[in-house]
This record gives sequence, structure tokens and C-alpha cells, in this order.
Amino acid sequence: MSDISSADGTAANGLARTFSADLDIRITDTSLRDGSHHKRHQFTAEEVRTIVTSLDEAGVPVIEVTHGDGLGGSSFNYGFSRTPEQELITIAAKSAKQAKIAFLMLPGVGVKDDIRMAQDNGGSICRIATHCTEADISIQHFGLARDLGLETVGFLMMSHSQPPEVLAKQARIMADAGCQCVYVVDSAGALVLDQVSDRVAALAAELGDDAQIGFHGHENLDLGNANSVFAARAGATQIDGSARRFGAGAGNTPVEAFVGVADKLGWRTGIDFFKIVDAAEDVVRPAMPDECKLDRMALMMGYAGVYSSFLKHAYTQAERYRVSGAEILVRAGARKLVGGQEDQLIDIALELQREQAAN
Amino acid sequence: MPKATAAIVGSGNIGTDLMYKLLRSDLIEPVWMVGVDPSSEGLKRAANLGLQTTSDGVDALLAQSELPDIVFEATSAYVHRANAPRYSELGIKAVDLTPAAIGPAVIPPANLTEHLDKPNVNMITCGGQATIPMVYAVSRVVTVEYGEIVATVSSVSAGPGTRANIDEFTRTTSQGVKGIGGAKRGKAIIVLNPSDPPMIMRDTIFCSIPLDADRDAIADSIHRMEKDVQSYVPGYRLLQEPQFEDPTEISDGMARVSIFVEVEGAGDFLPPYAGNLDIMTAAATKVGDELARNIVGARA
Repeated sequence: MSDISSADGTAANGLARTFSADLDIRITDTSLRDGSHHKRHQFTAEEVRTIVTSLDEAGVPVIEVTHGDGLGGSSFNYGFSRTPEQELITIAAKSAKQAKIAFLMLPGVGVKDDIRMAQDNGGSICRIATHCTEADISIQHFGLARDLGLETVGFLMMSHSQPPEVLAKQARIMADAGCQCVYVVDSAGALVLDQVSDRVAALAAELGDDAQIGFHGHENLDLGNANSVFAARAGATQIDGSARRFGAGAGNTPVEAFVGVADKLGWRTGIDFFKIVDAAEDVVRPAMPDECKLDRMALMMGYAGVYSSFLKHAYTQAERYRVSGAEILVRAGARKLVGGQEDQLIDIALELQREQAAN
Repeated sequence: MPKATAAIVGSGNIGTDLMYKLLRSDLIEPVWMVGVDPSSEGLKRAANLGLQTTSDGVDALLAQSELPDIVFEATSAYVHRANAPRYSELGIKAVDLTPAAIGPAVIPPANLTEHLDKPNVNMITCGGQATIPMVYAVSRVVTVEYGEIVATVSSVSAGPGTRANIDEFTRTTSQGVKGIGGAKRGKAIIVLNPSDPPMIMRDTIFCSIPLDADRDAIADSIHRMEKDVQSYVPGYRLLQEPQFEDPTEISDGMARVSIFVEVEGAGDFLPPYAGNLDIMTAAATKVGDELARNIVGARA
């Protein structure tokens, strides 16, 4: 093996770092948060209850539940939730016997009161996401989360867009603010293998023991699982995935497959492979409007480096204005849009429509 | 024509950009620029342009025998909270460009004339100045149950104050969407975009509208508002025709109008992409002009 960890003379499983004495890798299932994009934020209380129950039973240690765009994301811009997210967090917390419930918030979309409410409703892990160059807007929120006794995770979104050393500096800002685990978040599904391990390694070098490192993958170039393995070998001890890939774009790293891979590699995840496979097929899949597909639109996002949650919005605008959805996404990449700028997809569609009319 | 005199307190980016705009005003004469750092670029420029400058803070300004009619405060919320009572005691009108929000919030085309008699007025936020006029433009035609704005600014134009307190931006702006824009419920979202070269400020305004709304009348009102704002922010423009949409699966049962705006700065001191800062200084100048008209008129 030529990975970084073996050079460190680490454990037989090839991991330089492990999550805890009991778990080598801690997995967070985000089908009830990232999957909210694919579901167009239309989860019902019953779907959340049954999914949390089955994931919990399979041993998933953390389950994330929030509007796809985080607390307060229910809006014209991102789509209104069918069921209020705080209600879904409450149901999730009541349904889970062993799993912790995590929630996401994006400074600029949600506010501190949303965090307080999510904790009151049973959430115990606060995940705070910023674009990967804007970590300093999260400082006040990490401060609050730690004061409230919440476990904290930081998300550096669109990590493909910056080199490892820039990400490491941004990770430092989050760690100093009270973040206990900084994630390299491949929001566009654009990172390829070594590009993941280089970034994770840079964070590991910067953070040392000050914070853990995580990886959140998307399948837009079909690399969620492989990228997650590269991340773990480079020092990531928390990995995100979604049962049945239920997430934005072509979906997230499929948790059930990653658990199988981890078993083969001798990494302890605490999740029962057979149970999570059943949960994915029998409980999660029926709640999905469709499989998360690696189709032309998803591939465009991975290739052009576009925020995965733009997918459904691009479909909507393409249909409304009779323009190419793939072209909308490519132009979103060219304009260097970041997460949260869903409104600009309408502007792009109108621009394309005008160009079509002129030709 | 006699002019009202003004002091700019705060010699940073905002204060300096504001100085150039006030120097063009027919109603205001900027006489003083007050800072705390003798090496500040703003103070140097002010001195070169003939303003009296001090780096000894507001104490030096207020100790003079001759006091300004109007103070424009471009420091921080903390500093303005301390200064505001002193201005008020001395009968100096204050235009507050910080988030202190001591006086009523003012959006020139919506409620400026209501507050000309107040000792202190606040300019809300850049996102508010760019978007609330459009919420108002819709709500003066139809009932807006819900208004939502998305402001995207270039990372380099978002200063440390905004970054450290981004919740304050969303809270203050959403309150303005309701209180001044006239929406019954309001929401504000801010996004920072680091692309290089920096993007020009963009704002999207979504307003719910009744199902049977007169869409032509709404569009007409929006176009009139664009012209009104352009009268004091020349770089303010609609990027697209207003877009009307019937309710969809994810619109919570509401029909809506979407309004797309770009704000290009005048490039006085701050670069043109920083339309978010330009619209603050331009709106403050507009407010100052109206205050000055009253002050000078009362003397005549």
C-alpha cells in the first residue's frame, strides 16, 4: 500500500486516524437532508419516522435531518418544505434509539435562533456550512453551538474550487471558532481521488489534534465511494453518505456500499451491512421520487464544478423557458456561482432564451 | 444657494466613498472628515480635497465652536450608539450608516419623507437598500403576504463587520422587507461569492402576489421604481423583465413575481463591483439632501 497512513506506521487497517476507540470511521447519513433536494423538500412526517427508525436499527450513528439548504432554507429561492423542518427534527429525535440527530445551517440563510430551536427539538450535532473561502462568517454560530453544548461540524462547501493550502487555512478559522470536525465538502462531485486525499492531508497537517476531518461526497463523476476511501486513508474519520445515494445531483456516496467497502477493508463503522442494505432498498427507496441518476445533467455538474442542489432548479427553469438544462448548468459553472445562488439560474435561463430568439 | 454643512465620521471605505458623493451635492457641503487613524487613506484624501480633518475622533469635532448641521456616521454600531445621544443633544441630525439602528430605518423611495423630522435615521443594510424599494413597488399595487430577498455580494466587498455579524444583516433586512417594504412576512438571504474578477452586486426579490393580481400594473410599478432608485443610484438596473409565476409544488401555494436587479457602483472610491457599498452611500446622500433642504429652507 502506498497511502499516507502506512508511512506513519499506523494500525493494521491502514488508517492514520480513527474516530474513537470503538469506531474507525463515523458515518453520517444525510438522506433526510441532502435527499431533501432530490425530494424537492417534500418529506412527510411518516417518511422521516420510518427512515430514521430503519437507519437507527441498522446502527447508523448520525442521521442528518433539515431542509436541503439548511435551517431556514424553506423559501421561494430554494423551495418551501412540505413539513416544517423543526417538526421533522422532532420526529427524528423521537424515532432514534441510538443515533444522534444532526442538522445543517448556512450562515446567511439560517440564524442563531434556528440553532437553538433545533437543539430544543432534539438535534445534538450542529453542522455549519459556508462556501470554502468564507469560513469567517460562521464564527458566531460555532461560538453559540459550543456554548449550547452541541457537537459541531464545519462544512467547507465547493472544496474542489480551492487548492489544499487555502482550504487548510479556512479549516483553521472554523476550528479556532469551536468547530470539532471540518469537512472537505465536494458539493459539485468534482473532486477526483488524489484531489480528495491532498485536501484532507492538508487539513490534517494544519489541524493536528485540534479538530477531526470529514468528507462529504457526491456521485456526479461516479466517485463517491472511492473518494471516501481516499479521504479516510488520508486522515478523515467522519464520512457522509446517503442510503440509496438519496441526495442532490447524482446523489451522495451510497452509505450501504461504503459500509460494505469498510467491512472489506477492516474499518469499523458500527453499521450492519445487511440491515443497511435492507433499509436502503425497502424503506429509503420507496420515499424517493426517483433513483438519483448519473445522467447528462449530473455529469455536467461534476464536470463543470456546479453545486449539486442546482440540478432540480435547472430542470425547472429549462422546462419553463424551453432552454437546455445542461447549458444552464454549464453557464452556472462559468459564472462561478456558489451554493445559495439558485435565483441566478432563472437569470441564466432568460439569457439563454434571449439568445435562442436572436438566432 | 446656501448649503447645509456636514461631517463624515468614519474615514474608512464607506466614509471616503460618501465624501465624493457629498462633494457633488447641491445641498450639502461636507466640511469635516473625522477618523481615528492619522495614516488613513480617507483622511488624506479629505485633506487634499479641502475638508478639515482630525484623527482625534468625534470629541475633536464636537468640541469646536462651529458644529455641522448633519453628521453621517460610517463607523460601527458600537461607536454610533455612544455618539448618537451627543449629536442629538447638540441638535445635529444624524444619518446612520452602521447597523446601530437607533433611529427609524429609511429607504428613500418608500418612506423618506416620513422621517425628515427625526434626529436620527438609519440606512438599514446594503441588501435592504437594493431590495426593499422593489418589495414596496409590488406592495403598493397588491397585498404581499410574503416577501423574500436574496442579496449576493462579492466576498471582497463584505467587510469584517458584516462577516462577524451576518445574522444581523438577515434579521435587519427581513424586518425592513416587512416594515418598510410592506410585506406581511419577510425573509432575507445573503450569499458571498468569491469569484475573481469580483462579481457586481446582484439581488433577487421574490414577492407573493394574489392569484388574480393585475400583473401589468405590478410590472409597471416595478419599472417606475427602477427609475426612482436610478435617480440617486445610477448603476441600479433591472436585469430582466419581472417574471410572474403561478403556484408550484414548492411555492407553498403562492403565486409570485421575481425581480432581478444588479447594482453597479459609481466607482467613486470603491470599485464598481461594490454596488452594495455604493447604494448605501448613495442612499445616505439622498437622505442627507432631503434633510439639508429642510434645514436650509427653515433658515431662509
